[in-house]
Amino acid sequence: MRLNPDNFGARLVRLAAFMAAAVLLSGCDLQDMYRQPKTEPYMSSPVFADGTSARPLEADTVARGHLRTNEVFYTGKLNGKEVDALPFPVTKAVLLRGQGRFDIFCSPCHDRAGNGNGMIVQRGYRRPPPYHTPQMRAMALGHFFDVISNGFGVMPDYAAQIPVEDRWAIAAYVRTLQFSQYAPLADVPAGERQKLKEAAK
Amino acid sequence: MAQLFHPSANAIAKVTIFGGAFIVAGLVWAAAELYRSPYVTRAGDPISQPVPFSHKHHVSDDGIDCRYCHTSVENSSFAGLPPTKTCMNCHSILWLDSPMLEPVRKSFQTGEPIHWTRVNYVPQFVFFNHSIHVNKGVGCTTCHGPVGEMPLTWQAETLHMRWCLGCHEHPEKFVRPVGEVFNPDWKPPADQLDRGRKLVEQNHIQKLNDCYTCHR
Repeated sequence: MRLNPDNFGARLVRLAAFMAAAVLLSGCDLQDMYRQPKTEPYMSSPVFADGTSARPLEADTVARGHLRTNEVFYTGKLNGKEVDALPFPVTKAVLLRGQGRFDIFCSPCHDRAGNGNGMIVQRGYRRPPPYHTPQMRAMALGHFFDVISNGFGVMPDYAAQIPVEDRWAIAAYVRTLQFSQYAPLADVPAGERQKLKEAAK
Repeated sequence: MAQLFHPSANAIAKVTIFGGAFIVAGLVWAAAELYRSPYVTRAGDPISQPVPFSHKHHVSDDGIDCRYCHTSVENSSFAGLPPTKTCMNCHSILWLDSPMLEPVRKSFQTGEPIHWTRVNYVPQFVFFNHSIHVNKGVGCTTCHGPVGEMPLTWQAETLHMRWCLGCHEHPEKFVRPVGEVFNPDWKPPADQLDRGRKLVEQNHIQKLNDCYTCHR
């Protein structure tokens, strides 16, 4: 086939026009895809009167499978009395989880050792009691769970920030902190005891 | 008929043809630079907010963990923006009378959320998930920059695909131990590449750079 010069020029123009159109149209398409008619978490929405896209739950509704029938696990109480045991086995993983969550959510006020002298207290928040007093040591484990879930005095509740299982892990870790301040010397490995004695001097 | 063009027109024509290529290349380069520049991406540009919230104060001065407010970052695609109740945990007592916090108190009383202005935005054809990144050892500051030094928050990087791919192709340059993910002061050690390669192996970090990793 022989190329017809005139025809070739016309085809070149057509090709250029097509490419320009492709670039321009795909540009429009990109913009459409960039902001799609969908909502992402916390986006505002003109559809609802309060302007939010996320809808609050209807009052008194329970999602299937989410009915809280386990009183001990969800309230820390049995027949209205605070329980003094974890509703699931305590493992090292649970305590480590509790430590991590405690440091995130509790240490700002209670400080990492549970003395109640965290940074927010140093900024002027009312100082919480240390965990290491005889009264606090006598509290049932379920009490700590209840305080995290519902608040106590000036302490706000942490129900929205900490899932139920993590609240129990934190309660278990509070016990660990209490124990740490009263651990007997006999529990310390023999090689370390001397070091502790020297440090205490 | 007289000559239309002086002989020097030949030289001008040659320079124009030759230089044209450079002018086009220069324009393309300038456009690419502009596209990546903070002028377009708004990177480094502090965003004004209804309440001048300072990460610098809350993170660096007070030592509050990222997850105290961004509670869903470890198990959700979205890091989570705190409800006004979280602000009031402390500010029901601290700075109670500050006029700066008036929108916070008003929101708490009326139940209407504070209308924060979004700082980091990826196009909606990108499916980004926070949880997989923080659980594999990509630190907050790797993408969000020195948040603990921001009095008003700004976007730290371009958030362009080329930037994402920098890490998706060479994760060993950026990953840190999982325990350091929320440490705002973490700096890559001198032997980051060696440590990074070990972390990539240890945490089974894959080089996911297929289109459908992010575009689904």
